[in-house]
Amino acid sequence: MLDQNAFDMRKYISRNPQSVAVWIALFVLIAFGLLRYDNFGGAYNITSFLNYNAMFIAISVGMCFVILTGGIDLSVGSVAAFTSVVAAYLSPYGIEVAMPLAILSGVAFGLFNAVCIVFGRIPPFIATLATMLGAKGGSLVISGAQTIAVDWGSNFTQLGMEKALGIVPWTIVIVGILVVGLWIVLEMTSLGRTILAVGGGEDASVMMGLKVNRAKIFAYALSGGCAGLAGVFLASGFGAGQPLEGVGWELSAIASVVVGGTLLTGGLGSIPATVAGALLLGLVFNILNFENGKGWISFSAYWQMVIRGAFLFAVILFQTRVMNRQSNVEFAK
Amino acid sequence: MAPLLTMTGIKKHFGGVPALRNASLEIEPGEVHALIGQNGAGKSTLIKILTGLYRRDEGEVTFAGAPSHLSSPREAQNAGIATIYQELNLVPLRSVSENVVMGQEPKSFGFMINWPEAHKRTREILSRFGIEIDVTAPLGSYSTAIQQLVAIARAVSMDAKLVIMDEPTSSLDSSEVEILFGVVRELKSSGVSVLYVSHFLDELFQICDRVTIMRDGQTVGCREITDTSKLDLIAAMLGRNAKEIEAEGLTELAGGSAAFDEVVLAVDKVATGPRLSDFSMSLHRGEIVGLGGLLGSGRTEAARSIFGLDTLTSGTIRLKGKEFKPAEPSEAIRARIGFLTEDRKAEGIVPDMSVRENLTLALLPSLRRNGQIDRDREKELVDEFIRKLGIKTSHMDQPIRELSGGNQQKVLLARWLATKPDILILDEPTRGVDVGAKREIQAIIRTFVDEGHAVILISSEFEELVEGANRIVVMHEGKAVSELTNPGITENALVRALAHHEDATT
Repeated sequence: MLDQNAFDMRKYISRNPQSVAVWIALFVLIAFGLLRYDNFGGAYNITSFLNYNAMFIAISVGMCFVILTGGIDLSVGSVAAFTSVVAAYLSPYGIEVAMPLAILSGVAFGLFNAVCIVFGRIPPFIATLATMLGAKGGSLVISGAQTIAVDWGSNFTQLGMEKALGIVPWTIVIVGILVVGLWIVLEMTSLGRTILAVGGGEDASVMMGLKVNRAKIFAYALSGGCAGLAGVFLASGFGAGQPLEGVGWELSAIASVVVGGTLLTGGLGSIPATVAGALLLGLVFNILNFENGKGWISFSAYWQMVIRGAFLFAVILFQTRVMNRQSNVEFAK
Repeated sequence: MAPLLTMTGIKKHFGGVPALRNASLEIEPGEVHALIGQNGAGKSTLIKILTGLYRRDEGEVTFAGAPSHLSSPREAQNAGIATIYQELNLVPLRSVSENVVMGQEPKSFGFMINWPEAHKRTREILSRFGIEIDVTAPLGSYSTAIQQLVAIARAVSMDAKLVIMDEPTSSLDSSEVEILFGVVRELKSSGVSVLYVSHFLDELFQICDRVTIMRDGQTVGCREITDTSKLDLIAAMLGRNAKEIEAEGLTELAGGSAAFDEVVLAVDKVATGPRLSDFSMSLHRGEIVGLGGLLGSGRTEAARSIFGLDTLTSGTIRLKGKEFKPAEPSEAIRARIGFLTEDRKAEGIVPDMSVRENLTLALLPSLRRNGQIDRDREKELVDEFIRKLGIKTSHMDQPIRELSGGNQQKVLLARWLATKPDILILDEPTRGVDVGAKREIQAIIRTFVDEGHAVILISSEFEELVEGANRIVVMHEGKAVSELTNPGITENALVRALAHHEDATT
C-alpha cells in the first residue's frame, strides 16, 4: 500500500509529467542567471522583477482557473486596462477604496462573461472576445483615451514601494496571498475539484450532480477579479491609469498557463506551475536585459520577443516529449 | 409493502415527436428490476425523467412514499436515486478517489477536503468489489472494466435507495460480471432496489426478480422473471408472436460449413507489443472468421495490427499472397480493408454532421469531379445505402446524433461498405444495439460475405460469434490459442476453449 502522506518525487513526476518541463526550465534559467550575472540574485533585482511581474502572475492564475474549466478568457488585458483607469480615478480616496472597487469592476466584467457563457450558452472564446472589445472601448471612453494620472498625494502609489515588515513590497505580498489562496481552493476545496471535474468532462460532472454552473461562474468572476487586481498594480506601478495598456496580455497569460502544463482543454493543471510559467516568461526578458547590460551583444526589444517565442517553443516541445514518453509507459503497463 | 417507486402514465414529447406515450414502472424495495426494450423504445427517456435530466409532460411519479418532482441529477442523488449511465459518466483525468467521492467529499474545518479520509473511504468502497488499486492515480489510467466498477462504486457509496444501472456489463468480462452480480445481490439483501437495464437477456435470469418491457414509448408488460423465457421477452420487445420467431430462428446469421479455398489474408505469428504477442489466422473469400476471447485477450489489438494501427514487432501478414505491412490505416484502406471500431462515439461518428456527411466522409476523394464534390452522385449513393441497409432517418441531412445507436452503427457500416472493401474487420458491431437492428446488421454482414468478400468478426457475445462465424480463432492473453471450425462450433465448445486455452476441436 502506498503511503499517501509522504511526498514521493517520482510519483509527482509520473502524475504531472506536463509540469516537469516548466520547473526544469525555470531552474536552469535561474542557475544560468546566477552564474553569469553578478547582481542577478541581488535583493533589488528580485524585488523589482517580482514587483513588475506581479500583475502578470495575477492574471495568469485567474486564467488558469478559466482554462481548467475548459474555457478561455480573452478579456483580461482590456479589463486590466479598464480597471487601471478606474483605480486612477479613485486614487484620491486612498488605496483602501480604490483597490477593492477596481477589483470589483473587474469581477463585474467576469460575471458578465460568466452569464453570457453559462446562461447565454455563448462559446467562451466569442463571449470574452466581445468583452475584450467592450472593455477596451469602455476604458477609452471613460479616460478620453488619455492616461489618467493617479493622485500622488494619497497612499495609492505606495502599493509597490511600501514594504510589509520593511522587506517585501505589498504588491508581492498580495500576489503571494492570492496564489497560495487559489492553490488551496483548487487542491483542497470542493469548488476547486469541481472546476477540475468540469474541465475533465462537463456532461459527466452534471451527471455526478456537481454544481457545474457555480464552478464556471466562479472561474470567470475570479479571472475578472485577477485582471482587476492587475489593473490596480498597473496604475500604482506606473502612476497612471493606462487605457491603452493590456494589449496581448491575455495571450501572455495563456502562454504562462500552457507552459505550466495545464491542458488547454481543461481538467488537468496546477497553480504553482502556472506561476512558474509566468515567472519563466518574465525571466527571459530579465536575463536578456542583463545580457544587454554586459554590452557584448545588444538585443532590441523586437529581438527579445523573437527569442522569448523561441524559448517558449522549446519548453513546450520538451513538455510534449515528456508527456508522450509518459503516456507510452502508461499504455505499456 | 408499498412500492419504492411508482411511475404511471408518463408522457414526453421532443419537439412534437413522442418519445414516451404511456410508460409506467413499479419497483419494490429491495427488488432487482429489469427494464428492457429495443433502442428507441423509451428506456433512456424514462430513466432520464426518473433522474431529473428531463421533465415529464404528463404522468405521476411517487418515490419512497411521496410525489416526486426532480429537476436535476443532483436532486435525484440527494433523494436517493443513483445512476450509472451507459456511457461512462466519470472524469478520466481526475483521480479514482475524486471520481468516487465528488459531491460528498469528507471535509475538515468545514471546507477543506480531507484527502487521506477520501482515499481511505474510496479504498474501503472499492474493496467491497474486490478491487485493490492506487486510488490517487487518474481514473483514465485504468481499464474500462475498472472504470465501470468505479462508477458503480460511486453510486453504491451514495447510500442510494435505488441504483439505476444502464448496460452495466457491456464492457465487463465474465469474472467482472460476477463481481458486479455479487454487488447487486449485496445491495438487494441490504434493502436497496436496483433498476437493471441490459441487452443481455441471459443476465436478467440470473439476478432479476421482475422485468418491465417497453416498446414504442409504452410499457407493454411486467413479468416475474420465473414466469417468462428469453424467447418470450424478445417477442414482447419486438411485438411479435413468440412461436413465429421460434420457427424463424433467432438470428439470420447461420454459419454454414461450406469449404473455402481462396485465402485472402494470412497472418502468421504477429506481435505488436505486450497485448498481442503471437497471433496467427487465415481468412478466405466468402468467410466470416470470429475472434473469440475475453476482454483484454488481444482481439482488438489483432485487428489493429492488420489495419496498420500498431506496428508489427515480428511476424508477417500476407494479403492475397503478397506480403502486407501497412504503416498506417490509409495503406490498409487502399488495400481494401475496412475496420469498424468498437468505440463508435470516439472513433466513428462526427455527431454534429449529417447522416449524409458521416456516410461519405471516407469517400470524398473518389466523389470528386473537376475538383468539386459531385453532389448528385453523393446523394444517389447515400440514398442507395439508406435504402439497402434500412437506415431509419427522417432525411439524409439529419444530424447523426439524433439517430438511435443501431442506426448510427448502420451509417458507419455503410461508410465502410461504400469504400468497396474486400475485407471488413468488425469490432463489436452490434454492441449497444437493439435486437431488431442487430438482426439487420447481421443480415448486412452476411450479404457482404456472400458477395465474395470476407469478414473478421470480434464480439463479446458468444451467441453472435457461434451463429455468425464460419470459424472462430480463440484468443487468450495476446495469443491465438485454438481454432474452432464448423461443424463443431457451439457456445459450449467456445466456452470450453476459453476456459482451457487449448484446442477444443481435436
